[in-house]
Formats: sequence, structure tokens, C-alpha cells
Amino acid sequence: MNDQPDWREQLYNLLREEDVSIFSYVPDAGHKYLIDRSTEDPEVHAVPLTTEEEGVSLAAGAHLGGKRAVLLMQSSGAGNCINMLSLIQHGRFPFLTFISMRGEYGEGNPWQFAMGQAVEPTMTAMGVQCLTAYTPEDVDAAAKAALTMAFGAEQSVAVLLSQRLLGAKRFDGR
Amino acid sequence: MTAKYVLDRNKAVPALIGNPDDFLIVAGLAGPAKDIGHMTDKAFLFGGAMGGAVTAGLGLALAQPDKRVICVTGDGDLLMSLGSLATVGVMKPSNFSVVCVDNGLYQETGGQQSHTGHGIDLAQVASGCGFTVTRDISEESEIEEASGLLRQSNGPTFVLLRVDSTPSPKGVRNLQASETKTAFREHLLGHR
Repeated sequence: MNDQPDWREQLYNLLREEDVSIFSYVPDAGHKYLIDRSTEDPEVHAVPLTTEEEGVSLAAGAHLGGKRAVLLMQSSGAGNCINMLSLIQHGRFPFLTFISMRGEYGEGNPWQFAMGQAVEPTMTAMGVQCLTAYTPEDVDAAAKAALTMAFGAEQSVAVLLSQRLLGAKRFDGR
Repeated sequence: MTAKYVLDRNKAVPALIGNPDDFLIVAGLAGPAKDIGHMTDKAFLFGGAMGGAVTAGLGLALAQPDKRVICVTGDGDLLMSLGSLATVGVMKPSNFSVVCVDNGLYQETGGQQSHTGHGIDLAQVASGCGFTVTRDISEESEIEEASGLLRQSNGPTFVLLRVDSTPSPKGVRNLQASETKTAFREHLLGHR
């Protein structure tokens, strides 16, 4: 390990500094750190979801109550959110999600490509602007940009965490 | 045991909710949005995004722990989001109640029988999902006690209100959610 703080820790600290106090998630390896940190943090609510669309309306409800929420999900989960995003787009709610990508750079499981490749077009179609992070440096910059866009300008934003950043699982039995 | 669907929602919902100003209210699409929209202009009413009402209410309840929060929704909306009851059961917000106005029908789309009309019991589902207080109401005499629970119970609380097929009150609602969202926030938070 080098001396730089891990991007995951930086990201969690940034979200907390920006007053995000509700973290909803469907478990995913790419989000393990944020899920663990938010679960252990007594100052925030970590909300496990049964399906990702719950996190969309949860974020809208949090905004009605004056709080900031983020949704942590895998690319497969983006597809589960589509109709619920009409609440966000039509209601012009601020919305911020971090999507750990599958079905792209280095993917070994062919099942993942259909939804993975559809994330950007479907999110864009529902009014969610996508920023992609390929490196640890990208994460900090994209997260700061996305926080400003979502909670400053009431936009709907997804930060896509590429497998170039997260690393791809092996499916070759080795 | 055959469930009874005899209560008139136009009487039962106002009797159960009482003064809507006692709560922050999110109402699910179709019937419940009309029921609640007829009683108050301070609630956030869904007009689409079916299945989203319960977790919107949960987000509001987590954000406003000192207020009593109610999600009033229909059997169709709740059947589309049964998992959200489990999510509420995990978070256990004591200030949150779900009221399901259950007519056993998809009234908006032509009165097709819903799963509850086929006998699926949402109060038992809620109980199994960890709601600490559940009530299954099909008679007028049961409403008053539940109305008190909405105000005082150490929730999450679930009230199944079985009603007949009488339609919700007619009226014109503001369907522009960006406007109703802003109005809700201005009333609650004092800013947009």
C-alpha cells in the first residue's frame, strides 16, 4: 500500500463533508467499503434495499425532509430503477448514485454485458447524467462534480465506477 | 375467514387520519392520492412511479425523526413494492406508519381484482417484515384505536384499511411534482 489515502476512504469522507447522511444500497463488492463505513457510522443511516428502485424514491423522500441521500448500486441495478426515475426527472429532485460497473472493461461473465452496456443509454434516457471514473483521481473529481450538480443544481447524476478502477472478477476458474 | 370489504373510504380514511396536520404525509398514486389530496394540500402525492410511496415515506421518516410520518397507499402500489416493507422492517423507524387503503382492486385500470382481492393478506406480510404494530381493519369500530396508534405507537406501524369499491373523491390535484415537492419543503423547512 502507498501512503495516499485510499480513494474509497476519500470518497466516504467527501460525501460526509457534503452532508450526505443517508446511504442506501444493494450489496456489491465494488461498494463494500462505503457500505461498511456507512453501516458503522452512528451519524448516518445505512439502508439495505431489496431492490435498487427503493433507493430512488428513498432519496426523493429524504429530500422532502431536507436530507441528502446517495444510492450505491451495481450496473445491473440501474435497470431496476428505470420507471422510478420518473419521480426524479418529473419532480426535479436532486439525485446522486454511484454505480459500480460490470459488463465492461475486463468482464469475464457474459451475463453482465447486456445491462452493463445499457447503463449509460438508459440512465441518460431517464435524465440521469453519467460521469465515469477510470482511476482513483477520477473518483474524487467526478464525485465533487456530481455533488455540485446534484445538490447544488438539483440535477440527477450517476458516477460510474469502471472495472478499470475496481478490477474485474475472474471467471476462468483460476 | 373471509375478509370484509365494507367500509366506505370516503369516511374511513378521514376518520383514520383525523387532522392531517398531525403528520407529514406521502400518498401513493391513484385512490390514496385523491383521498389525501381531498383532505390537505400539504401532503406529497404521487401521480406515477408506482411502487415508490413506501420508501419515499421511509426517506422522509429518516430525515425527520421528530415528526410522525405516514405513507398512505393502495394495495396495488404496495403489492408492487412488497420488498420495501422488509426495508422498513430493517430500519425500524419508530415515527413511521404505513396505511394501506385496500379495496382488493385495481380501480384505476378497470376494477381488476388485485392479489389482496384474491386473499393475500398485507397485514400479515407487514407483520412478518418486522412492523412492530399491525392492525387489520374492516369495521368502523376499529378505526379510532388505530387512529391513536398512528399518533403514538412505537412503530413502524402498519394499518390495513379494508374498504369497498366506492371511488375516491373527485377533484383536481396539482400533478406537477416539482411544484408539490417545493411546496412541501417550503412548508416543512421554510425554504425551497
